[in-house]
Amino acid sequence: MTEGLVARISGPVVIARNMKGSRMYDVVRVGDEELNGEIIRLDGDEAVVQVYEDTEGLTVGEKVATTGVPLSVELGPGLLSSIYDGIQRPLPVLQELSGSYISRGITVPGLDRSRQWDFIPAVRKGDAVGPGDILGTVQEFHIEHRIMVPPTHAGTVQHIHEGSCTVEDTICELDGSAEIALMQHWPVRKNRPYVTKMDPTLPLLTGQRVFDTMFPLVKGGTAMIPGGFGTGKTVSEQTLAKWSDTQIVVYIGCGERGNEMTDVLTEFPELVDPRSGKPLIHRTIMIANTSNMPVAAREASIYTGITIGEYFRDMGYDVSLMADSTSRWGEALREVSGRLEEMPGEEGYPAYLAARLAAFYERAGRVICLGSDARTGSVTVVGAVSPPGGDFSEPITQNTLRIAGTFWALDTSLANRRHFPAINWIKSYSLYLDMVHEWFAENVAQDWEELRGRTMYLLQKEVELQEIVQLVGPDALPEHEKAILEITRMIREDFLQQSAYDPVDSFCPLERQYWMLKVILFFYDAIVDAMEQGVPLKQILDLPLKTRIARMKEIEDVSEIEGIVAEIATGINEIGGGR
Amino acid sequence: MQQGLASKEYKTVNYVSGPLIFVESPKGVSYGEIAKITAPDGEERTGQVLDVSGEVAIIQVYEGTSGIDDLKTKVRFTGEPPKIFVGYDMLGRILNGIGIPRDGGPPVVPEDCLAINGMPINPYARDKPSDFIQTGVSAIDALNTLVRGQKLPIFSGAGLPANELAAQIARQAKVLGEGEQFAVVFAAMGITHKEASFFMRDFERSGALERVVFFMNLADDPTIERIATPRCALTTAEFLAFAHGLHVLVILTDMTNYCEALREISTAREEVPGRRGYPGYMYTDLASLYERAGRITGNRGSITQIPILTMPDDDITHPVPDLTGYITEGQIVLSRDLFRRGAKPPIDVLPCLSRLMNLGIGPEKTREDHRNVADQLYASYAYGRDLRRLVSIVGEEALTEVDKKYLNFADKFEKEFVSQGNEDRSIGRTLEIAWELFSLLPEYELKRVKMEFIQKYHPHYAGGEARGAG
Repeated sequence: MTEGLVARISGPVVIARNMKGSRMYDVVRVGDEELNGEIIRLDGDEAVVQVYEDTEGLTVGEKVATTGVPLSVELGPGLLSSIYDGIQRPLPVLQELSGSYISRGITVPGLDRSRQWDFIPAVRKGDAVGPGDILGTVQEFHIEHRIMVPPTHAGTVQHIHEGSCTVEDTICELDGSAEIALMQHWPVRKNRPYVTKMDPTLPLLTGQRVFDTMFPLVKGGTAMIPGGFGTGKTVSEQTLAKWSDTQIVVYIGCGERGNEMTDVLTEFPELVDPRSGKPLIHRTIMIANTSNMPVAAREASIYTGITIGEYFRDMGYDVSLMADSTSRWGEALREVSGRLEEMPGEEGYPAYLAARLAAFYERAGRVICLGSDARTGSVTVVGAVSPPGGDFSEPITQNTLRIAGTFWALDTSLANRRHFPAINWIKSYSLYLDMVHEWFAENVAQDWEELRGRTMYLLQKEVELQEIVQLVGPDALPEHEKAILEITRMIREDFLQQSAYDPVDSFCPLERQYWMLKVILFFYDAIVDAMEQGVPLKQILDLPLKTRIARMKEIEDVSEIEGIVAEIATGINEIGGGR
Repeated sequence: MQQGLASKEYKTVNYVSGPLIFVESPKGVSYGEIAKITAPDGEERTGQVLDVSGEVAIIQVYEGTSGIDDLKTKVRFTGEPPKIFVGYDMLGRILNGIGIPRDGGPPVVPEDCLAINGMPINPYARDKPSDFIQTGVSAIDALNTLVRGQKLPIFSGAGLPANELAAQIARQAKVLGEGEQFAVVFAAMGITHKEASFFMRDFERSGALERVVFFMNLADDPTIERIATPRCALTTAEFLAFAHGLHVLVILTDMTNYCEALREISTAREEVPGRRGYPGYMYTDLASLYERAGRITGNRGSITQIPILTMPDDDITHPVPDLTGYITEGQIVLSRDLFRRGAKPPIDVLPCLSRLMNLGIGPEKTREDHRNVADQLYASYAYGRDLRRLVSIVGEEALTEVDKKYLNFADKFEKEFVSQGNEDRSIGRTLEIAWELFSLLPEYELKRVKMEFIQKYHPHYAGGEARGAG
């Protein structure tokens, strides 16, 4: 423990003197108010500290004391359905202590100390256990919270507790007098260890047509959603947080709006997870560091979030982590770097931006966890990016592009015409397609890949045709190309567009997605056939089939959608276009 | 601003740059505190500490540095952060940019003295905005609904009537079925006397003047004072909203001038510039203003913000509108094109957005078909606008019958729906006009509207056959 003095204050950055002997990234308490901070540079006897709280009123000469531990999170029962700030202080507790506004110098533990949990042991005295082995379980809502041997411990069980205990109580003693509590600590900037990383081959299903069918994400993969303001980044992130088929969701509001967090807080308890049937909030952990909260804590928030994510991954769960927005995190990095007077890289961002981003995204993955049962778990990271002026050439977008596996590009012009989700189907891509097509073939339909491929082809063709239309008008196109334009308009409006607010449409299971697309492409094939037999396009389009397809979204019953195929066949047969 | 106890005076000013002065060897100075500077001619000015170490304190001077020398100028540190006296009887008063009366009246009777920087609202303590505010402007009410506790800026261009629109909103805004207490806090940053007196006259005419607090920093007032003006205004708004339970509408104009003052300080400090010379922390700085809108659980009052900003060269990707759009809950965008064609207000609805719209509309709030109607208006108008471009190349004859209807729809939408002049339209009337416009299109094109709503509200079904459906 070192104690020094404040020598300089510049916004969130404080320089402390007489700090010889302090360690990089250790947490310090700054000033008489004991503001929380973290050492980010050592220089002779000076330490540079980024302070997680507002530094107004701090005076030169006040004391600075290190705590001797790096910034860590508390991991244990009580995490689920919590809402924390960037350094894992529970916001409801802060409200009790300091009212509606967040005041300074408050240190509160992340987990409730007084709450009793019912611990059910899974090992017996005399059992040999190693890192990651499951000692027992605690029921937290509908989720089995598995209590693991911390990665640093191993030995023979001398004593194992059963029944009621708090997070601080020792539940297991190993030989060599090592005591394991219900809760463990882990430094946020250090990856939690695992045995080995596996290739991700399972799709992460979201119930969103443009994601699942067109640009799928995998469990353990990474995705980025860049887009200018108002294109629907936050709505997309929230939709994913709602409908992802993972057992745990970590939602990080990093430098975004306060009212949006309120939205999540009030909406999630009322929504029901379509798979478990339980309230969504019970599987969710929220980290809220809104844009007006201190900038250094914003930098820490994504690490806090992903460490919690890794902890649940280690239990053998699939975790999805939503970071909204990583640009705000990058800006926090830039602000602190600027105050440190570091040589700026592109657009003022520090030169280590790319390395930090890559290191963060690389913490995603599907792994074989520590522990003798070789269970698997995964963390999937979905990062929103807010490029200034909607210009994708800026450093955060470009550096994220190099690491993210799925690229969901949001488009302002689509958002302006209220095409939501405003994912541009030409610019977006998924590098996981090859890995998941087998899964889709087995679990959805053999022709899934073909169907998707044809859809992409038609959409691509539409772009070319639109260019011609812009020059010569739609009448100049031959009939079969007009048919393509009709079909692609259906694909866009009746398949890709999906309402996040409509009770039926907001969640679309895979089978329904498949049949909706199948119906549209069947209609296309039928048109082509009929036209070959001399039926004019206009006559086909005048059939009520178009409206029927347009209203598919409102149909919940898959077999009814399947039935449309027959309706199309009959309808076209009647006007003499049948095969 | 509160006076601290008499403390040590420094005569160690050794460097002056733009709005900043550098004072050597300060003792016990804290970050962000207020300093009183006495210029050689005896004039007292106010400044704030931006950076402090054992060797030097950097102070930004609100009134500017002209006349300050490095020999006789005296600096006294007050030990206090910038504060403002607030009281209920500020209503109806005109104050300068840092809260001192400039209307010749007596000082404000203070009920409290509050730090102008405020503190972040705990997201957990926020209450969800949910009350629909009827502004009487169709393009806002129907398509970009304003909700109590929201921050919804107006993106304007030089010469576009943003002020008229803001005044119209302030005049007409009401929450349906309630006649609650409201107040307007108006913060002017670097606007001209003409613009300021326009607002004053408008408030006077509508009889709202005694419910308005004016913070006036006009174009010829000190630039750096503008940094404090919105903070003083928002502190006052918070006091009125959360200590007196009023519903406060805050109008901040013009945020572009505020950002320029910020840039001026950043440049004087020789900081690494971000885009277009604006400082890298401008997002955080703007957020510390905009995020002060909202509602707090268990409190009656609310703060709704309408910041106005000018997009330089009508460029929406300029850092000021861009960063604003990333923080606020939507935006209202004015269009030069529509303005030229005489639309009043010239709101271009396509780039507009209200993120909180869904919280304020629907059955019991506005009407069940509101969401669908808004989506359909957007989709149809966007398509109509696309066609205009096509027509300019290939001519109207090349269009299909349906497309011609869309073209007509887009024209009528601008003329009858958006351009409404000073009319104060109820939400019912606004939706009625929307349905009249829908009857210009074939019914099967109304894909965004549920069948049941078409049958209930479409003029064709609702006894409006005479008008003729498409």
